[in-house]
Amino acid sequence: MAHAPMAHAHSSATPSQADAHHEEGQQHPIKLYLVIWGLLFVLSLFSYLVDFFHLQGLLRWTLILIFMMAKAGLIVAIFMHMAWERLALVYAILFPPVAVLVFVGIMIFEANYTLLTRGLFFK
Amino acid sequence: MANTAPTHTGEASLEGRWQGITSDWSSDQRAFKTASWGKAMMWIFLLSDTFIFSCFLLSYMTDRMSTTVPWPNPSEVFALEIFGTHMPLILIAIMTFVLITSSGTMAMAVNFGYRRDRKKTAILLLLTAALGALFVGMQAFEWSKLISEGVRPWENPFGAPQFGSVFFMVTGFHGTHVTIGVIFLLIVARKVWRGEYDNGTHGYFTSRRGRYEIVEITGLYWHFVDLVWVFIFAFFYLW
Repeated sequence: MAHAPMAHAHSSATPSQADAHHEEGQQHPIKLYLVIWGLLFVLSLFSYLVDFFHLQGLLRWTLILIFMMAKAGLIVAIFMHMAWERLALVYAILFPPVAVLVFVGIMIFEANYTLLTRGLFFK
Repeated sequence: MANTAPTHTGEASLEGRWQGITSDWSSDQRAFKTASWGKAMMWIFLLSDTFIFSCFLLSYMTDRMSTTVPWPNPSEVFALEIFGTHMPLILIAIMTFVLITSSGTMAMAVNFGYRRDRKKTAILLLLTAALGALFVGMQAFEWSKLISEGVRPWENPFGAPQFGSVFFMVTGFHGTHVTIGVIFLLIVARKVWRGEYDNGTHGYFTSRRGRYEIVEITGLYWHFVDLVWVFIFAFFYLW
């Protein structure tokens, strides 16, 4: 692939050359950060309005999760520059937290069981 | 591809095999081609921190789902009277905006750092640190308010006793992260101001030459603190 020669050049480069290469990295127009900043503000305002207007039930859950994931995505992708990193790093960092969802599933079973036994005991 | 490592792995001597470990791990292999070791290590630290906060939020979920006593309504617990108007959750909303703003100034500090604009970088870093300190200050106000209302880790007047323990643990751990972040921002701001990343002064901690990438790595930590707040805001305060 096109990346292979570059990777090879990297491993043979002296540290100072590699560093110099890095100093040029991650330069994006200030306007991009301001736009993302504005979006995060608007999304936070929407989240707050969900509570302010006392939305309940499935609508509340859906809206809160959508705004939360949108904010998290913008912060990681743009502010933390994940969108410009190589996939090896992106996947190494972003895949392991998915395992937490399995943990969530396990603990939902556990919590329901605890609630059931408490209900029986305190009857 | 001249690889000298396998020559160390003679089965004969244990010493040779031990040397094989060091030579294998240090044989100039690099998984993350464009991320420096510092950036990669910060990301891996943040991944481990993600698991810590995930466990906190998971125990919160389990507590809240399994309690037979109604959970206090955070919308009312964190409401404030401002100029005679009853505002639900207003302090938390302001704290969220403050932290997001500090993330914005941090991102711009990174940008000006790579442009070698020393003055703007230092000012933006100091602004970020000030907003972080403001956030911790508002959190201290929130804690004092709840403590004066009788909220304790083991009981509270609003409902399920688990509310207090989860609140103090989760927001306390997050507030600690913000405080540590403010301290590091001040250290980096001082170094930027003194031009230590321009002339590559050796740092006191790793004794390596300072580079403007430190600003980006500190920024990763700071954005992570903001990221965690996004989840705490959604799960603890809005739920």
